[in-house]
Amino acid sequence: MTDPGHATRTGNDDQVIADGLVKRFGDFVAVDHVSFRIARGEIMGFLGPNGAGKSTIIRILCGLLRPSGGRAIVAGIDVARDPEAVRNHIGYMSQKFSLYRDLTVDENLRFFGGIYSVPRAELARRIRFAVGMAGLAGREDALVGTLAGGWQQRLALGCAVLHRPPILFLDEPTSGVEPASRRRFWDLIHSLASEGVTVLVSTHYMDEAEYCHRAALINHGRLIAIGSPAKLKESALGGELLVVESDALGATLAALQDAPDVRDCSVFGNSLHVLVGDAAKSLTALPEFLAAKNLRPRRVARIAASLEDVFVQLIAADAASRKAAA
Amino acid sequence: MRMRRLKAIAVKEFVQIWRDPRSLMIALLMPFTQMFLLGYGVTLDLKHIPVCTFDREASQNSQALLKHFQASQYFAIVRNVVTYPALVDAIDRADCKIAIVIPPDFSERLNDSGSAPVQAILDATDDNSANIAFGYALSVVSGYSGEVVLDALSRQGRELQQILPMTVQSRVWFNEDLESRNFIIPGVVAVIMALVGAQLTSLTISREWERGTMELLISTPVKPSELMIGKLLPYLAIGWIDAAFCLILAALWFQVPFRGTIFTLFITTTLFLIVVLGIGYLLSVLIRSQIGASQIALLVTMLPATLLSGYVFPIDQMPKVVQDITYLVYARYYVTIVKAIFLKGSDIPALATPILFLLVYAVAVMVLAARSFHKRLD
Repeated sequence: MTDPGHATRTGNDDQVIADGLVKRFGDFVAVDHVSFRIARGEIMGFLGPNGAGKSTIIRILCGLLRPSGGRAIVAGIDVARDPEAVRNHIGYMSQKFSLYRDLTVDENLRFFGGIYSVPRAELARRIRFAVGMAGLAGREDALVGTLAGGWQQRLALGCAVLHRPPILFLDEPTSGVEPASRRRFWDLIHSLASEGVTVLVSTHYMDEAEYCHRAALINHGRLIAIGSPAKLKESALGGELLVVESDALGATLAALQDAPDVRDCSVFGNSLHVLVGDAAKSLTALPEFLAAKNLRPRRVARIAASLEDVFVQLIAADAASRKAAA
Repeated sequence: MRMRRLKAIAVKEFVQIWRDPRSLMIALLMPFTQMFLLGYGVTLDLKHIPVCTFDREASQNSQALLKHFQASQYFAIVRNVVTYPALVDAIDRADCKIAIVIPPDFSERLNDSGSAPVQAILDATDDNSANIAFGYALSVVSGYSGEVVLDALSRQGRELQQILPMTVQSRVWFNEDLESRNFIIPGVVAVIMALVGAQLTSLTISREWERGTMELLISTPVKPSELMIGKLLPYLAIGWIDAAFCLILAALWFQVPFRGTIFTLFITTTLFLIVVLGIGYLLSVLIRSQIGASQIALLVTMLPATLLSGYVFPIDQMPKVVQDITYLVYARYYVTIVKAIFLKGSDIPALATPILFLLVYAVAVMVLAARSFHKRLD
């Protein structure tokens, strides 16, 4: 895997540029002034809840939707002005599985090989590569509809890279895929990126942001944070994180709202994650505070923030600011 | 247009059709069954019209006249009544379409004045068949009346030739037996192909939308024209098979005389198939749901093809406005063409006008379909 810190950015090497993108469907604003750049060989993750606008942005970049405002430049081409010119430079995996289920693995690959006019001399080799990449060697004649989700998604990726596009748009490629397969999928994405392929990948699995060079958090059509996972954790959280395990989760949660130095508190499974200004102080202060209220947590410990913490935090902050603005 | 992409689409579409044997069977059996349904169901020939007789004289003469009715293949005497109420009852119950009443003084008048009236009572709820039945009745009666005249003349010993008035010697061309089946069956082929053709392609685009495969397809460099032609080619093959089925049935099973050349038939049928498949494809592009596209295809092809194509209802007997509308009904051109090839043995130059109309139609439909397809989701 490539070093996530490599996300050095040289302006003229940007393969994907979104500049103030807006997309409205009637009164509904699906994408609200989103701007970002993705450098060659970079893996950019799009994160956010369902309906946040991730797919809409990707579809605009693929030339499938016309932006209502702003500009999208892919491989140096203005997508809205000349969508057809972009097609040869991109590979696309749509959110909904869109290979032909009634065709075999081989037939699907041959179809896309023909559609992208992959040179005949190279086609057999590229198909073999795609089949190997998807882990489907020996199953070339299986109908795609009979394959399990993970294989289907890897084959879809194989079809998307068959014509060796320099830019890949992957819309939730790992959704519905079991964890082991998801891991393998990300390995594939990294090996493509290490060869210089620019990848924009969306996911609603927050933990997958760790695999990206940079991640952008999208909520209600707006880009609310962007940066490398490490940087996001550092800056976005605005504090340090403690975990509190207790049998009286509800009462503890209520009590912690008024505790000194506590900036935020949320439920994570059967424990609480508490954001505090100074973790070292709170480690002793919090149990005392709770004891005064007759609450005895089983454990209070310091933990490293996960990106999920960061996003929960950011989305809550975003919701609060939206409410304030309204 | 790139052959590589066109071929990829055509091969893919063909494999998909092949993998769906149920739809394939429907596509191949539908014209077969329709051919039998319409082929046997539609005939304009009236034969064995049920007759009720009321012989009020019961003489040798009156019975001789009724024998002529019995002998005619157009009539079948179903009942002999002896009262008027019984006759009215027979017509009311639709037991007969026509009643022949012979007056009690039939022979007397025939001998005295040489002319005797016979009454025909017709059930004209279906005016067309009533007219035809009346025509047949007239000819039966005049046939008998001719015999009576000849008989009387020969008794007077006069030369027949001097008496016979001018006659028309008619010769019927192309459909010598005036079998309505001969001109209806070729039209049936055209109607069936108009229906089946549009059905075949009406699902091809909407299916891709519904299965979610279209989103990926339109993100590729494929051109609307490549997609259209690539998708139409496998259906053209099915269309050929269907058309061959129907035409062979028409010639061999229904015994419609075939006087043209296979070549002319092949060229014109291909042109017609391109039009009907193109119409189905256009509808598929415009309507994104499979059910919607197939229903609309049925609606826009069925009524015009059956009512306005002239396959059974003659166009020149329609009101002027309706006649003008029929120029839009592509099936009418193929009806004209197939009838002409079958019965007249027409070649391509003779069919230039309907072929030209079909050609214009084909180009218009193709251009419209390719233009209507947008590689966008909004």
